[in-house]
Amino acid sequence: MATYHLTTPLTSEDTRQLKAGDVVYLSGVLYTARDAAHKRLVELLDKGEELPFDLEGSVIYFVGPTPPKPGDPIGSAGPTTSYRMDSYSPTMLANGSKGMIGKGKRNQAVIDACQEYDGIYFGATGGAGALLGKRIKSAEVIAYPELGPEAVRRIEVEDFPVTVINDTYGNDLYQMGREQYEVK
Amino acid sequence: MREIEFDTVVKTVRDLIIHCSTDLPEDMYNALKTSVEVEKSPVAKAVLEQILDNAHIAKTEERPLCQDTGLAVFFVRVGEEVRIKGGLLRDAINMGTEQGYKDGYLRASTCHPFTRANLKDTIGYNLPAIIHFDLVAGDKIEIEYAAKGGGSENVSRARVFPPAAGKEGIIEYVTEVVSDAGGNPCPPIVVGVGIGGTFEKAVISSKHALFRDIGTENPDEELNEMEQIMLEKINNLGIGAMGMGGTKTAMAVHIESNPCHIASLPVSVNIQCHSSRHAHITL
Repeated sequence: MATYHLTTPLTSEDTRQLKAGDVVYLSGVLYTARDAAHKRLVELLDKGEELPFDLEGSVIYFVGPTPPKPGDPIGSAGPTTSYRMDSYSPTMLANGSKGMIGKGKRNQAVIDACQEYDGIYFGATGGAGALLGKRIKSAEVIAYPELGPEAVRRIEVEDFPVTVINDTYGNDLYQMGREQYEVK
Repeated sequence: MREIEFDTVVKTVRDLIIHCSTDLPEDMYNALKTSVEVEKSPVAKAVLEQILDNAHIAKTEERPLCQDTGLAVFFVRVGEEVRIKGGLLRDAINMGTEQGYKDGYLRASTCHPFTRANLKDTIGYNLPAIIHFDLVAGDKIEIEYAAKGGGSENVSRARVFPPAAGKEGIIEYVTEVVSDAGGNPCPPIVVGVGIGGTFEKAVISSKHALFRDIGTENPDEELNEMEQIMLEKINNLGIGAMGMGGTKTAMAVHIESNPCHIASLPVSVNIQCHSSRHAHITL
């Protein structure tokens, strides 16, 4: 269990050093998207059209924040459950994205895609929305404002705490952790 | 007959919602504190510490504990000797819900089931609230409120067993539901179990069981024992905080049981995440 400080966009060199269970403090730009936005982004990719942001090295945060209080860039902003993005994530990774932040287990296709395209699935602490929202320094809706909390936002983060769940070697922290502490 | 002003109910509900969104109840806070001390996994321990830090930030800076500020769920016990002056009780609760979610900068999370269109500009901001009414003796209105997030609802389940399944069948089923859920419902969780009644009675009982404070004993000795057996089995699963592996998967199992049909044994399991935002107030 090592600790890293990384800045986005991520490279294969960044992601290949990480192992399931490592703690990473991310800084730089993240893009937010949930299922409704993923559906639209993947449709654009399938049609060969341009996305509202550069996917290369990008990290996508699965989040639907609360509205900001006056003077704040964003409200509370913890991760949402990731399996709803399972059918879209392999396409995102195949097109250059290098990371995802969410919570909860992914399917085998996503785990395989992480291995094939040097992607990482990071877990953030669900229900720590106040703490995580404070690590977001700016936020701007860049696509699909009509989706409300589900719009695509460009956010800048500082030392955003995440844990590596699925690394580039096919490991899965959820499975490893559970096997270690299961009492039969 | 006693009268309560419509606006009093609206304001009470509004304030309850705003308070609950930022202030983790003491029962869950204390349970988390104890868990940090006993958790064997360093990864899970770090997660639990983050959850406690989050509770401090939320309370002192009045920020929502979680971005999923839930659907507003109410159990309301209305005394038969009290009436609302100036409107309907249901309308007052809905109006208080809308005001609380808007004024507290909470998320509007209700949508149409098929189009998924958000209902904030049509039906109302985070409306409708989910309200379960009951009539009781007296001239008071007791309101229990919880902000119920989607992640833990998504892994909840119900099933009607043949009577032969018995206590063993129920214990096995509850453990299986939690096992399948893994880290998705944001453990450490509270497990609400509704047994007996009809199908819907079991489901509503499992929801209501979540309102009981962690650390309180079930007054029924047999159910109390079942709760302890289930809790041990669940914590032996190794799921841990946020599913990252650990010894604390659940804080408590709470059972509510009802008489049922001679042919059936309904069982419902409703899961509550660690951000257990609930409160009650009597008017």
